[in-house]
Amino acid sequence: MFDSVKDYHEKLVSGEITAVETVKSYFEKIKSLDGSINAFISIDKEAAIKTAEAVDVKVKSGKKLGLLEGVPFSIKDMFCTKGLATTAGSRMLKDFVPPYDASVIKKLKSQGGLILGKANQDEFAMGSSNETSFFGPSLNPWNKERVPGGSSGGSAASVAARMAMCSFGTDTGGSVRQPAHFCGTVGLKPTYGRVSRYGVVAFASSLDQTGFFSLKVEDAFRTAQAVSGKDSNDNTTSSVEVPDWLEMARSFSGDLKGKKIGLVKEYEESVVDAAVKDTMDKAKELLKSKGAEFVEVSLPLVKHGVSAYYLVATSEAASNLSRYDGVRYGHRSELAESGKLSLEDFYAQNRTEGFGDEVKRRILLGNFALSSGYYDAYYKKACQIRSMIRDQYMDAFKKVDCILAPVAASTAFELQDRINDPMRKFLNDYFTVTVNLAGLPGLTIPIQKTENNLPCGVQLIANQFKEVELFEVGQVLENEFKFYKEVPNV
Amino acid sequence: MSKPYLENWDVVIGLEIHAQLASQTKIFAGDSATYSEQPNQNISTVTLGMPGALPVINEKAIELSVKMGLALGSEIRKKSVFSRKHYFYPDLPKGYQISQFDLPICEGGEVEFFVDGELKKVRIERAHMEEDAGKSTHRGGYSLIDYNRAGVPLLEIVTKPDMTSPKEAAEYARTVRSILRYLEVCDGNLEEGSMRCDCNISLKPKGAKELGIRTELKNINSFRFVEKALEFEISRQAALLEAGEKILQETRLYDSTKNKTFSMRAKEDAMDYRYFPEPDLLPAELTDEYIQKIRETLPELPKAKAERFQKEYGLPEYDSLVMTSDKAMSIYFEEVAKLSENSKAASNWIMGELLKNLKEDKVEFEDIKIEAASLAAMIKMIDSGEISGKIAKQVFLEMWKTGEDSSKIVKSKGLAQISDPKIVEDIIDKVLAASPGQIEQYRSGKSNLYGFFVGQVMKESRGQANPALINKFLKEKLES
Repeated sequence: MFDSVKDYHEKLVSGEITAVETVKSYFEKIKSLDGSINAFISIDKEAAIKTAEAVDVKVKSGKKLGLLEGVPFSIKDMFCTKGLATTAGSRMLKDFVPPYDASVIKKLKSQGGLILGKANQDEFAMGSSNETSFFGPSLNPWNKERVPGGSSGGSAASVAARMAMCSFGTDTGGSVRQPAHFCGTVGLKPTYGRVSRYGVVAFASSLDQTGFFSLKVEDAFRTAQAVSGKDSNDNTTSSVEVPDWLEMARSFSGDLKGKKIGLVKEYEESVVDAAVKDTMDKAKELLKSKGAEFVEVSLPLVKHGVSAYYLVATSEAASNLSRYDGVRYGHRSELAESGKLSLEDFYAQNRTEGFGDEVKRRILLGNFALSSGYYDAYYKKACQIRSMIRDQYMDAFKKVDCILAPVAASTAFELQDRINDPMRKFLNDYFTVTVNLAGLPGLTIPIQKTENNLPCGVQLIANQFKEVELFEVGQVLENEFKFYKEVPNV
Repeated sequence: MSKPYLENWDVVIGLEIHAQLASQTKIFAGDSATYSEQPNQNISTVTLGMPGALPVINEKAIELSVKMGLALGSEIRKKSVFSRKHYFYPDLPKGYQISQFDLPICEGGEVEFFVDGELKKVRIERAHMEEDAGKSTHRGGYSLIDYNRAGVPLLEIVTKPDMTSPKEAAEYARTVRSILRYLEVCDGNLEEGSMRCDCNISLKPKGAKELGIRTELKNINSFRFVEKALEFEISRQAALLEAGEKILQETRLYDSTKNKTFSMRAKEDAMDYRYFPEPDLLPAELTDEYIQKIRETLPELPKAKAERFQKEYGLPEYDSLVMTSDKAMSIYFEEVAKLSENSKAASNWIMGELLKNLKEDKVEFEDIKIEAASLAAMIKMIDSGEISGKIAKQVFLEMWKTGEDSSKIVKSKGLAQISDPKIVEDIIDKVLAASPGQIEQYRSGKSNLYGFFVGQVMKESRGQANPALINKFLKEKLES
């Protein structure tokens, strides 16, 4: 098992190991651990080994390696993979095999990356504990009484448990950063528009963004480097040039003199959990010792962030999920097949059976918020709040280079702890959702293990398209705390 | 003002025309938008609404919409927004239609046309882009869906409720079709559905300000049926209102075989489409330069052309309107008029024989076999006396069938007029020699027998003898 792609590539090139051996060892790990962790919904051993064989041939020929050459990935089951089932964690798509690869999967493949299998997740990425998955919850490798976070819980768990070197997740309101925090991995959510959404099952189009899990910061950026950029199939991707982050990182000195790091007043005031507080303090202390200057900024409207987020996200979700009707693909009820249902009942039956409770709850909420007579009071108002939150962030970034904040209100919580208390779970998203509302990049860096053997990290937030700030400051934290050396004893 | 359609009621009609934009590909995807015989051939992941598939706007569709908007005199919105319109139906793949709602690409405008010689103006409310749905075919117990049409780009042109009779509505639709075809924005084929006409119709007591409750008529696939469907609906509504009953706001389908409208579904209050801005598409932003560039490509439109035909060719208004009602015909006319140097004859022949045969043989104007030069040559032959009008009809028919050049036909069939006085005189002598009895009667006062002699001469000359010469010699010989 490797902590970093760089080490792996060195050993590949020196002939110390082969890609096939490496991939096989990951499958061994999956075989021995995943029975209890349940981080994978499906695995694709045959294709992965075949790709690895091609990598070994390439390595032998002395050709230049792709950024992700031979790197074994777990891929959240939101990404369409040609010929490989893509379920979105839902009964609705239990048997759906896409006829095409998502744009980022195409790029991953073209950079030599290989797919071990598809990672478990909350159904349609709706949840923050992985408990809404139709395929059963994934568990936290550090403590199996605890959730791995969500919605990209399987992705985080697989990387933390060394069942995958790197992973793709999606982050709509914190779904990459929060599970990274719960599982002790790095989790990067790039700027909205940086990475194509084409072929990624949509939850909330204006918030969804592909994100990356790894043990080291560099590898999250390596993956981002490989798959970012304008995509002619996604109108919302930006034509802002993707910098060569790996190259830029060579000049990071580790000295943060002159770097201004913002502390958000409203976030600081909301930290209650002792582990989270202690972790924030440790991070601050280190950054200060490296020369960073802390600046307090105020974002008064973040207190409405969760409300605005849930209105926008559920509205778009209700719309995006309309296509799952059992007509062309997806779950079709046996009753519907009998031909005895009216058209309306046909829809109702397929969707009632195909979707779980959390998804139904959000469809109802979203349709309510969009319905005539309520649109102005809910959806429209939420959009206004959203643009004001964005403005407040923009103002803050006039004063600071990046922001340091907690990722979540606590470390990983217990299973079932919040599943019947949606309001409490929603509030757990307080520190992450506004980043999506404002389209900003965010990064989770694991800092330490706290009580109950649970990892705890911090979040860095930067201005749009300024991911490099996250990389630089994140690298300083990683160099000090070296959390990648911690391996959970599953 | 045209005549009121009903005595006690004002008729209020508004039209929604869906024009399929002449783009090779779909509005949000790269698969073909052209008609396919086989069902479900043009079904990309986007068209089928696969998980993860995203729309990308087809720039050609924007260009064509702007073109039409400019021709209608609409204001072109520089930042138009797509919205999602939600409803469930199996031929609607995503569960929503991407359309434009509160910020359409074209707003306002006007269409002018003549009805019974009077100029009519209809104001345009808006024109917006949207995607078409697939096609459902219901069989007993099951339904089939063809998604070829799903995602085909449409421009929906909506009028203000400015029309007051079925005839006006049909004439408006014809005019819009003609403009669409002039611009090559849409081929305007109602039968195949590349242009569709929905009519909103209501009645109100004569002179009343407030509009009555309207019904929407769908499934109308010819201009004639626009008129007929509206006529039926007007009498249906009038009968209900006069019986003191209420009109139900609903969508009705027109059945042309029964010439009736039938209720399809109660509307619209019941439907909540939950419109909201399409988050997968950025607003379509247009620059002034872009709009100006398109403006410069606009061809001469029917109305301007008709006015020019009146001025340049001295055509009567009626002729000019007919000649410009179809782009291909207007080009054809102008060519014939120029080459023949007889524009009235050109329009007469086109309005008469040509359109008659066109209708009989159900041919499109683009597909006729007669070259403009050939028709012009024929007109010249008539004007120079080379052939008679009667013979010309024969020549025309031959041209229509074979596409052969008129002068060749005249030559090869020997149809040229006989204008050699000697030959005509010989024929007359022959006829007179064979009719001594009739000559006797003519000379004794039965002057109406003159026609008989002319007929005999024509018969003998197979219709080719020059009538002027016949007259000259026949009179001389009979009265000598």
